[in-house]
Amino acid sequence: MKVLVPVKRVVDYNVKVRVKSDGTGVDIANVKMSMNPFDEIAVEEAVRLKEKGVVTEIIAVSCGVTQCQETLRTAMAIGADRAILVETDAELQPLAVAKLLKALVDKEQPQLVILGKQAIDDDCNQTGQMLAALTGMPQGTFASKVEAVDGGVNVTREVDGGLETVKLALPAVVTTDLRLNEPRYVTLPNIMKAKKKPLDVVKPADLGVDVTPRIKTLKVMEPAKRSAGIKVPDVATLVSKLKNEAKVI
Amino acid sequence: MSVLVIAEHDHGTLKGATLNTVTAAAACGGDVHVLVAGHNAAAAAAAAAQLAGVAKVLHADGASLAEGLAENLAAQVVALASGYTHILFPATASGKNAAPRVAALLDVAQISDITKVISADTFERPIYAGNAIATVQSVDAVKVITVRTTGFDAAAAGGSAAVESIPAVTDSGKSSFVGREQTKSDRPELTAAKIIVSGGRALGSSDQFNTVLTPLADKLNAALGASRAAVDAGYAPNDWQVGQTGKIVAPQLYIACGISGAIQHLAGMKDSKVIVAINKDPEAPIFSVADYGLEADLFTAVPELVNSL
Repeated sequence: MKVLVPVKRVVDYNVKVRVKSDGTGVDIANVKMSMNPFDEIAVEEAVRLKEKGVVTEIIAVSCGVTQCQETLRTAMAIGADRAILVETDAELQPLAVAKLLKALVDKEQPQLVILGKQAIDDDCNQTGQMLAALTGMPQGTFASKVEAVDGGVNVTREVDGGLETVKLALPAVVTTDLRLNEPRYVTLPNIMKAKKKPLDVVKPADLGVDVTPRIKTLKVMEPAKRSAGIKVPDVATLVSKLKNEAKVI
Repeated sequence: MSVLVIAEHDHGTLKGATLNTVTAAAACGGDVHVLVAGHNAAAAAAAAAQLAGVAKVLHADGASLAEGLAENLAAQVVALASGYTHILFPATASGKNAAPRVAALLDVAQISDITKVISADTFERPIYAGNAIATVQSVDAVKVITVRTTGFDAAAAGGSAAVESIPAVTDSGKSSFVGREQTKSDRPELTAAKIIVSGGRALGSSDQFNTVLTPLADKLNAALGASRAAVDAGYAPNDWQVGQTGKIVAPQLYIACGISGAIQHLAGMKDSKVIVAINKDPEAPIFSVADYGLEADLFTAVPELVNSL
């Protein structure tokens, strides 16, 4: 089966972002960018399914600026076969991305779409579910295990209080949680090979999708700072502070 | 103008997150209606009717809704959507699963994890793992929202709304429930606990995690939490994970034992009222958010703490 794996270029997870002083957003100029960690897990899972013989072709997709090509090259170095960039400078919100992905799903007809559960920049956790809704596919979100079974996939999901397993008919959408797998390191030979793999570029207009944002960001602020605490010398002082000063025990 | 709250419940009782979501709904303005979708969930519907501020409870009962499958739950909500300006879900695993599906079916954006209602169309939500707070305005006719439960107080009892039965949707046929594996716990639920004792990689093993932290949690009647490092190392089950990718908590007292305080962990607990850090590394970032820091080996400090309580 064919698998589509959407990947997002985001600020690297090790970077502590700074809010711009004019309140228009966070400063991401000259900041290290990487593939969203949950998307790496998605690519890895697709590659593992290919290694098991379940999957025949992996298509990586990214939506955004020209530099997203780097993210797609990384996906191909992990093991994706080819890539599609939906290139635009416009701000893309999850509903718009889901519509772009739906257009690609209609064209490529994958049996499985594997996305990360959320991007670590907007923290939305929406795109996979929205794509499933738009394409009429069932969804297996927050997956910690994906197994191909006759005519479908069994997805074990991380839910509050434990795990839950659902069976989905194909085609289906799966979103990855952290414990699904440990993504492999990309090796230099694979990075070189990835440069030769095909990467198509299309525009939102080619796909007939209107990407106008539906949510306006009015301002972005620093979160309230916690007032500086104190260090206590020993356990006795700690207990007395908690009892008499903070009054929480 | 009416607001629909999708209740989270186990068929018999309402989950705590529903109560916080009702408070957020009241802040949006208008009548608050609660949808209880489930199978044999009349008790949960009756409980919802007793919440202060709830004007009406819609009770959909059918086998298709028994396991909360997103495909069926979303269809149930969409069938009701035309009467509402706002549709609110708690930002729990279940709410996050269904809400975006509802939004896309209605062709509207979804706003995730709101922490504050500024007006009927303007909300605050954290981005970048809680390192920035965005104020966002929706231009859509229907606002589909998930509510960060720690951002709102729980709705009190004292209402007496009418319960109206509505027909349940038919099963989508595209997904089915296979099984569930609950983590057994006699402790307070992590997201609702007043005190949380949380452990990190420094605990060293699953056995030590339990032998060191359990007595303290027992003494304080606290829930046990864990950092991602402790969960990944297998010291604690993954639904104990506190952080951006785990549970977001805001207890009265959060005791972090052997947790360095990575951004991803802080995102899950920095709204706690009082934070205590026990760590032997004086440079650990956790000390920058802790109200009381104790620079000590947790293997001696925690038992000592248990004895002095």
